[in-house]
Amino acid sequence: MHGRPRKSATPVDENASALKAAKIRSLQSQFLENHHNHIYTKEALEINAKLIECNPEFMTAWNYRKLAFEHNISSQSESEKADSDHIKSIVDEELRVVENALRKNFKSYGAWHHRKWVLSKGNSSTERELRLLNLFQKQDTRNFHAWNYRRFIAGLKNISDEKELQFTTDMINDNFSNYSAWHNRSVLLSHLLEKKVEGYFPKEIFLKEEYEFVRNAVFTDPDDQSGWFYHLWLLDQTVKVDMPNLVSSWPPHGSEITKTTFPVILLFNEPVEGVNLHTVSVQVENDITKNTTWSPLSANKFKCGQAWLTHLTIPPGEFNSSKIFQVKISSEYPQGIISLNGVPCSRNWSFAFGVSVCHDVQPEGHSLRISMGEENFSTIDVNSNMMNFLKSNFDLATDYEQPTSSKWKSELIASEIDQYRELLSWAECKIGKLTLARLLMANDAMITDTAVAPNMTHVEEVLQLYSELMELDPTHYQCYKDEYSLVFLKQVTSSKESLMKYCCQYKESMSLNITGNVCLRFNSLSLSRMGSFERLLWVQSLDLSHNQLHSIEGLEALQLLSCLNLSHNKLVSFMALDPLRFMKSLRVLNISYNEIGAHTVDTRRYLCSSPLSHTLDYDKRFEEFATSDEKVVNFWDAYSVFSGLDIMQLDITGNAAVDERFVLFLVKLFPGLKWLDGEELH
Amino acid sequence: MGELAAEKHAKYILTVEKKKDDIESVLMEHLRINGAYWGLTTLDILGKLAAVDQETIISWVMSCQHESGGFGGNEGHDPHLLYTLSAIQILALFNKIDALDAEKVSTYISTLQNEDGSFSGDKWGEIDTRFSYVAICSLALLKQLDKINVEKAVKYIISCKNLDGGFGCTPGAESHAGQIFCCIGALAITGCLHYVDKDLLGWWLCERQVKSGGLNGRPEKLPDVCYSWWVLSSLIMIDRVHWIDKQKLVDFILDCQDKENGGISDRPDDAVDVFHTYFGVAGLSLLEYPGLKAIDPAYALPVDVIDRIFLH
Repeated sequence: MHGRPRKSATPVDENASALKAAKIRSLQSQFLENHHNHIYTKEALEINAKLIECNPEFMTAWNYRKLAFEHNISSQSESEKADSDHIKSIVDEELRVVENALRKNFKSYGAWHHRKWVLSKGNSSTERELRLLNLFQKQDTRNFHAWNYRRFIAGLKNISDEKELQFTTDMINDNFSNYSAWHNRSVLLSHLLEKKVEGYFPKEIFLKEEYEFVRNAVFTDPDDQSGWFYHLWLLDQTVKVDMPNLVSSWPPHGSEITKTTFPVILLFNEPVEGVNLHTVSVQVENDITKNTTWSPLSANKFKCGQAWLTHLTIPPGEFNSSKIFQVKISSEYPQGIISLNGVPCSRNWSFAFGVSVCHDVQPEGHSLRISMGEENFSTIDVNSNMMNFLKSNFDLATDYEQPTSSKWKSELIASEIDQYRELLSWAECKIGKLTLARLLMANDAMITDTAVAPNMTHVEEVLQLYSELMELDPTHYQCYKDEYSLVFLKQVTSSKESLMKYCCQYKESMSLNITGNVCLRFNSLSLSRMGSFERLLWVQSLDLSHNQLHSIEGLEALQLLSCLNLSHNKLVSFMALDPLRFMKSLRVLNISYNEIGAHTVDTRRYLCSSPLSHTLDYDKRFEEFATSDEKVVNFWDAYSVFSGLDIMQLDITGNAAVDERFVLFLVKLFPGLKWLDGEELH
Repeated sequence: MGELAAEKHAKYILTVEKKKDDIESVLMEHLRINGAYWGLTTLDILGKLAAVDQETIISWVMSCQHESGGFGGNEGHDPHLLYTLSAIQILALFNKIDALDAEKVSTYISTLQNEDGSFSGDKWGEIDTRFSYVAICSLALLKQLDKINVEKAVKYIISCKNLDGGFGCTPGAESHAGQIFCCIGALAITGCLHYVDKDLLGWWLCERQVKSGGLNGRPEKLPDVCYSWWVLSSLIMIDRVHWIDKQKLVDFILDCQDKENGGISDRPDDAVDVFHTYFGVAGLSLLEYPGLKAIDPAYALPVDVIDRIFLH
C-alpha cells in the first residue's frame, strides 16, 4: 500500500469498505466463472470491465479480455468481416477499457501491456496514442511505463529519433529535474551515433552542445542528481577507449630471467575472450610453439578474463646450460581477441625476453618460519641488484603504447575542468567535487603518452578532493575512501622512485628461494581497496597487513606471488580469498586477525567460483574432509578456495571462523603445512 | 526508534494469512501466492515458520498449478512466471521441492524463452527482465538451468544496461532499483557479474540513500522500505554495500514499523502491508540486524535453505 496513511478505520469507513469488498468479490467470482466456461458475451465482458476498473492489476482478467477479443474476431459473420467499422469498434472498446484502468492506476503493467497487445492486432492513430501519452506524461513526468510505451509507439509509428530528442529537450526545459528524460536522451543519442546520422556523427559534434545543455541544469540546482549522471555519461563518451588493449605483461620486455618453468601473464584493460594459440604467438628462438594453452584467471565459465596465463618450459627439448633462449610473445591475430561488448582488439603488440637456463631450486625439506617483521629486512642499497630489478620492470620500452588522444577531447575536458572549478567556487556541492575529481583523472589519463610513465599532474588535487568528500558526505564515506585508495596506489606505482619507498630487501638469511629478494610493503596505509595490479606483476612478496581491505579482487594477476600478508584487514569470508585459488605459487599466507566468519552477510558470495553461481560444480570429495561433522557445509568455502594450493606456512588466528575443529580440517587439507599460527607442525 | 517488534510482525503476518474478506485481501487475491511467499519468508527470517500449518499451505500451493506446469496467483487463476517462482520458493522453504514434477515445471518455463533470449511472463507475450530473473531463479532452484539457452538469456539482460550502469525492463528502458535487482540477481545466479560495471552501478545505487536514511528506487524520488531489499541486495551482490550508511537505513526501517499492531509500511506512519513487512525484515537481515536469519541476496530465500539446495 504505497503512500496510504496509517490510521484506524471508523465504523463508517469499515462499513463502506466491507460493502466494496463484497462487490468486488462478487464481480471476481462471476468473472472467473465466465472465464472457466469460455463465456464471452457482452454482459460477461461488462462484468470483466467493471472488475478491471476496481483492480487493474488482476492479470487473469486482462488475459480473459484477450481471449474474448480473439473469440469475437474469429466468430464474426461475413458481413461483419467486411465492415471495417465493426473491427474498429472492438478495438476501440479495448482501448477505452485500458484508458479507464490507467486513470485508476497509471502504473498497471497489465493495462499497458494490453494496449500494446491490442495495437498489434488492430489499429489506432498515432495522434490518439501521443495524446494519451501526453496526458500521462504530464501527470507524472517520471512514469517509466509511459516512457516505455512512448518508445514502443515511436518505433511502431516510425517517429524519428530527432523528433523524440526534441521531446526530451522540451521536457527538460520544463523541468530539468527529470531523470527519465535525461535517460531517454542518452538512449536516443546513442542510436543516432550508432546509425551515423548527420549532425550526430562523429560524436564531438554533439558532445560540446550536450555539455553546455547539462551545465545549465546542474548550475541551476547543483544538489539535484538528475543532470549529474548524464554528465558522467558524457564524460565516458568523451574519453572512453572503445577497444580492448594489452596494458601489461610478464616477463618484462627486454628482461632476462633464470628459470626453466615460468608463467607468462597478459593483462588487458578489460575482460576479453579469444586469447589462444591462433591469436597470440609464442616464439622460442625461431620456432613457433604449437602447444601453448592460455587460460583466463577468472571465475566465470565463459572463457573470458582480464588476466590470461600460460606456463612455458624452456628449453622444450635438449638441455644446454650455457645458452640464453630468446622468447617473443606477440599478437598474431589481435582481431580475434574481443571485449565483452564484442569489440575486437585492433592494435598489434609484442614483447621479448631472454631465458637463461638453470635448474629450478626446489624448496628445501625443512624451512624456517618466514616473517615480514622489520627485523628481517636490511637497509636498501641504491646500487644493489634491487634497483636494477625494479628498473627492468619500469624503464624498458614496450610495444603496447596507449592510444594517444585527439585534440578535441583534451580541449573539451580542459574547458569542463574550468567550468566545474568555477561552480565549486560558489557552491559546496558533493557531486560537483566528485565530477571535478573524475574530470582531472580523465585529463591526466588522456595526456599519458605511454603505459611506462603515467601522467600524475593532478593527482594531489584529486586526493584532496576525495578527502574533502569524506568529510562533506559521511554517508558515502567508504565510496570516496575506496576511490582515494585507488588513486593513491596509482600515484605510488607510477614511477620506480615512488615505488622504491615501499620496497624492502630481505636479509640474506631468509629463505630467499621462496620470498625473492624484495618485499613490497603496502602495510598500514589505511587502504580500503587494492589496485594498480598492472604495475605489480613482478611482485613475489607482498605485505598488505594493517589496512582495511575487505576484498583482494584482481590480485590473481600477480602469478609470482609466494608470500602474502593480509593480516589485520577486513576480509569477512573465505570467499573473499577467491583470487588465491589461481595463485599456485603461494607458499606463505597470513590471514590472521580478519573478520572471517564474523558476519552473516558475505558480499563476495556471488563474485567467486561456487555452485550458487553455477561457476563450479559441488565437489563431493569435500565430504571426505569433514565426515561426521554436522556443520560440514560451513567449511565448504574454505575447502573450495584452498584445496588446490600448496601452503607451507599459514597464520589464521584471530578470525571468528577458526576453532579447534577447523584447525584440524586445515591440517588435513594442507599436507605440506609446516607452520600454523607460529607453531611448527610435526 | 527502538527495536524490531519481531513478535508483533509475526503475529501480523499470521493474521493477514487468515483474513480473506476485507478489501485488502480481496484486492490481493490475484497474487495471493506472492503474498504467501512474502509472509512465509518473513516468518522464517523471524524464526517463526513453525507457527504455520505446512500441509495446508503446500496442498493449496499445489492446487494453483495448471496442466501446463505453471502456477496461477491463486486457485483458478491463469498461470504466469511470477507466480511459478513464488510456488517454488514456498516449497523450498519447507524443503519440499520434491513435491514438484521438476521436468514439467521447467518445460513450462523454458517454452517462454524467446528467440532473442528474453522471457515472456506467460503465453500473452509481455517481455520484461523481471521475467528473465524469475525464469532463471526458478530453473536454478529446480536444478534445470540447462533447459534454456543461458548465454542468450544473459545477452538479453546485458542489452538492457543503461548509461548509469543500471538496468531497465527492456532495452532502452530507464534504470529502476527493482529491475536492477532482477538483472543483477539473474547475472549472479548464472555467474555473469563480470558484465557489470560495479563501480558505476555501485555509485548510482549508493546515491539512492536519502537524508532520512531510507533508499529510493530512482533519482529524485521518495524513499520506500521496499528498496531496502532491491537496492541492498544488489549492492551486496556487487560488493558495494559498504558505500551506504547502514545504521541510518536500519533506523529508517525501524521507524516504519507499526509497533502497536505489527507490520511495516513504505514510509513512517503509512499503512502497513505484507509486501513491505517482508522487504523491511529482509532488509534488516541484509543489514545483519541481530536475531534474524540471514537471507540470500540472489535467490531471496534464507541462506540455510539455499545452502541446503546447492552445497550438499
